[in-house]
Order: sequence, then C-alpha cells, then structure tokens
Amino acid sequence: MLNKGKYVRSLHLMMVLPVLFILIYNYLPMFGVVIAFQDFNAAKGIFQSEWVGLANFQTLFRDPDFLQVLINTLVISFAKMVAGLVVPLVVALMLNEVLSSIFKRLTQTIIYMPYFVSWVMMAAIIISILSPNGGLLNQVLGIFGIEPIYFLGNDSIFREIIVVTHVWKEFGWNTIIFLAALAGIDAALYEAAIVDGAGRFAQMRHVTLPGIAPTIILVAVLSLGNILNAGFEQIYNLISPLTMHSGDILDTFVYRYGMEQWQFDIATAAGLFKSVISCIMLIFSYWLAKKLTGYKVI
Amino acid sequence: MRRRNQTRAGQIFDIFNHFFLVILAVACVLPMLHLLALSFSSKDAIMAGKVGILPVGWQVDSYITIMKTKAFLDATLIAFVRTILGLVINMLLIVLAAYPLSKEESSFKARPFYVWFFLLSMLFNGGIIPTYMVVSYTGLIDSIWALVLPGAVPVFSVILLQNYFKSIPQELCEAAQIDGASHWRILFKVYLPLSKPVLSVLVLFSAFNHWNSWFDGMLYINTISKYPLQTYLRTIVVKIDPSRVSNLRDLENICAENTNAAQIVLAMIPILLIYPFLQKHFAKGIMLGSVKG
Repeated sequence: MLNKGKYVRSLHLMMVLPVLFILIYNYLPMFGVVIAFQDFNAAKGIFQSEWVGLANFQTLFRDPDFLQVLINTLVISFAKMVAGLVVPLVVALMLNEVLSSIFKRLTQTIIYMPYFVSWVMMAAIIISILSPNGGLLNQVLGIFGIEPIYFLGNDSIFREIIVVTHVWKEFGWNTIIFLAALAGIDAALYEAAIVDGAGRFAQMRHVTLPGIAPTIILVAVLSLGNILNAGFEQIYNLISPLTMHSGDILDTFVYRYGMEQWQFDIATAAGLFKSVISCIMLIFSYWLAKKLTGYKVI
Repeated sequence: MRRRNQTRAGQIFDIFNHFFLVILAVACVLPMLHLLALSFSSKDAIMAGKVGILPVGWQVDSYITIMKTKAFLDATLIAFVRTILGLVINMLLIVLAAYPLSKEESSFKARPFYVWFFLLSMLFNGGIIPTYMVVSYTGLIDSIWALVLPGAVPVFSVILLQNYFKSIPQELCEAAQIDGASHWRILFKVYLPLSKPVLSVLVLFSAFNHWNSWFDGMLYINTISKYPLQTYLRTIVVKIDPSRVSNLRDLENICAENTNAAQIVLAMIPILLIYPFLQKHFAKGIMLGSVKG
C-alpha cells in the first residue's frame, strides 16, 4: 500500500471536530451528574460544594409528589407506546387496501403533515380548539346543547388528551415505516394466496401481517428506550396548575426544580435517575432488537 | 398492482375503508384550516365563537399588524440565521464523522474505539441541568451559538450516513488512492457526489429540526429580544389558564387571537414550502434505516 500512515492520520484528523463537540456537550455533562451527590451551592461551584452521598435521592423517593410524577410518566409513556404502535399499524393496513394511487398518496401527504409542526404551534392550536371560550370543539358540542367544557383544565381527562393529541401529531411517522415495510412484501405471495383461494382478510392475516411482523417487533422494541420519555415538549406546553396532579412528568419535574426553583442538586438527581433507567432500557432494547430481528445500530 | 376478486363483503369494506381514511385526513387538516380561518376573522367573531373552518368578518389587519411588529420580525430573522448556521455546522460534522466510521477495521484500526465513543454518547446523557452548566461554562448563554453548538453532531444522522458510505464500492476508493487522491479528496469528490439522496434527507431533517426547536431557546437565551421564532411564539401564544389573565397585556393577547393565529400561520409557511421535498425523501430516509430511537 502507499504511504499508509499519512492516510490513517487524515482519518483521525477528520474526527477531531466531531469528537471535540461530543466530548464537550455530551461527555462533560456526564461528569456534571456528580451534583446529584452534593449539597450544591452555585457560589461554591461543583468542586467546593459539600458531598452528601445519596441524600438527594432519599429526599426524592420520600416525596409523594415525585412518586406521583413517576406513575404519571410511566402511565403516559406506556399508553403512548401502545397507541403509537396500534394506530399507525391499522392506518397503514387500511391504506394498503386502497387501490387508487392518487387517493393513497393524497391521504399520506395529509396525515404526515402534523408531524412537521412544532409542539409550540401544535399546542397553540390545541389550546384554541379546546378553549371553553368559543373553541371549535365546544362550538360543535354546543350544537347538541352541551355547555362549554374546559377540557385542558380538567385533571381527570388530561392524560387522555395528551395521548390522543400525541397520536394525532405523530402517527404519520410510524405509518410511513409500516407502509415502507408493506411495499417490500413480494407480490408473488399474494398471487399464490389468491390461487389458494384466500380472500382479502385471509391475505391480510397470512401474507401481510407475517410480512411486516419483523418491522412491528422492531418498532415496538426500540420504543422501550423511551419508557421514561413521556413527551416534555408536548406536556410542558399544555399543562397548567389545574392538571399538575395527573400530568406532571419526570422531565417537567426536573425543569421546574432546576430552572425555575434553581435547586440544581435535586433536579440533577431526578435527571440522573431518568438517565440511568433510560440507558438500561436502551441497551436492553438494542439487544432485544438484534436478537429478534437482527437489527444493528451501526 | 394486486389483483383482487371482489366479493360483496369486500365492496362494503372498501367503502368503509375509504370513509375512515377521509375522516382521518380531515382530522389532520381541519385544525390547520381552523387556524387559517381564525387569522382572517374579526376579533368579535372569534370571541363569539362563530369561526369554524371559514373566516367570519374577513380582515387582513392581523397580518398587517404582525408585519409591523418588530419582535416578530426579529425572532423570524434569528430563526433563519439559526437554521442556516445550524444546518451548515451539522452537515459539515456529520460528513466528517461518517467517513472515517465507514472504513473497515482492517484499514482503520481505531474504528471500534470511535464507534463506541459515538454510541455511548447516544446511550447516556447527563440531563438538562449538567448540560446547561456546561453551556454556561463555555460562555454560550444568551448567544445564538447556544442554539447550534450543543447539538452540533447529530449522532443518528452520522450513523445513517456511514451506513450509506459503506454501500459505496470499496474499489472506487482504492482506485482513487492509487491515483494519489487523499482521503479528503475522496470524501468530497467521490463519496459526497454519490450520496446526494441521503444527504438531501439529512439536510431537510436538520433544517426542520432547527426551525422547529424552541426549548433550547427558552433554556439558554435570557434576553427575550434574542429568542428564535418558536421560543418567541411560545411566550405569545401558549396561554392555558384563564386565571393567569392577571394584567392588561395578557388580556389584550387573548383578544388578539387573530394576530396570534396569523403568527403561527406565518411560522408554518417555511415548513409547508419544504414539506413536498421532505415527504418525497422521507420514505427513502426511513428505508436507509433511520428508525427513530
């Protein structure tokens, strides 16, 4: 080979900038988690603050609010996970049964659109539609003589609203993944099934579903890593003091304690708890995905 | 095209199938139409709850007002600058990281080390507080760099591109090396021109992410006049609790629902403009293996 050392050196050289940025903004904060074990004092800084061991974690786990936050996080993210899998699957199967390619493409174009609108704009739209003062939904209910309802101020239905609006905004993404998998099914399998006398539902059961089963499993398994991500961007923009009890999640808790009350130590402890669990779940999900479907990250 | 033997049950199914899909599409597009209608309606009609999907009491003053609102124009400009700056930085670093990672271990012994370096950064993060402190220590608070540098290397995109690079025949690279080309030359003259489809996906995703981000603006920018558009919109439009209407300014805001709607409509325009391209490359990007983690 030609001057090999020079060649390899230029590969390392290319890596310098990306590695530098990852080092500073991804790895350095990992060491910042030591604040979770300190009685952090901003004036003293990270090197002078007093060490308190697990005291911050004890405070957290004795706090009934934090336990409620954990429950909310798990309930909301689990519901989103299930609905976020089932709805796109059903929609993809329905779209797959449509023969007219214009209708199919038009529907696809429209249903992906909400995915590309930010949660700030989406929240503004949702707030306007659900508003008790002449919101669209209350207008419609008014036709049936129902008094205006303050939907976003009702703690008992807040989680449902969160899950429904999440599915509404995001289902387009997984729908595309499933449609792409559906497009990959060998048409000859359908021909063979028809020859064997299979009707459309039999085809769906015996050809379509087995054909996309690996994709379904993959999407489901990879979503396990998000078990503690209940959707900060969405909930932060839709929550109010009235819906705090059932809607407060880990990320909003961390943000409130850290950036609004400046209790860095408690907030970092809650954040670290989340990071550790998420890390374990991510590794588990990658391992499971590889075992079940042969999926490799890199 | 799949053939099918039409039974009566099949026809009924088809009718219902189309019906539900139409409902679904309407459910996705109706809120946007409602917003558009609000932006062109009069305040009185909105307060009276008369506006559905068509404007009531047509006016365009809301748009004229916004065009004279300096805060909105400034925030829009910042969002554009941020998107372009972030896009350039993202793409440069993605390309630089993806090329060495795409090399076989036999020709690049350090590859496994780099793979783990990038993977670990995806698996574990310090959380928002330690990240905030690092951003603060590096002096970025209240500057536009805080919006583009902390996320300068989107690792998932790096993995996507290196997967694509791997599919480029190794012989091309070797032939270029024998001709005396350096890795830099090979990357920019051979690999990048061959990777246009995947690069366009990454460009669109990066631009779309930067345009839509608002949380980093809220976290790292203290001066409201330096907010990017989405963060600015949040302070204007997202108001939930009527009991928060404590001062006159808030009250005005609630009454100005048509100007609020108009601001969101305007903020959506860039997305709608790149949407056809996004959609076109979307499925392709996913086929390349970008299952969202």
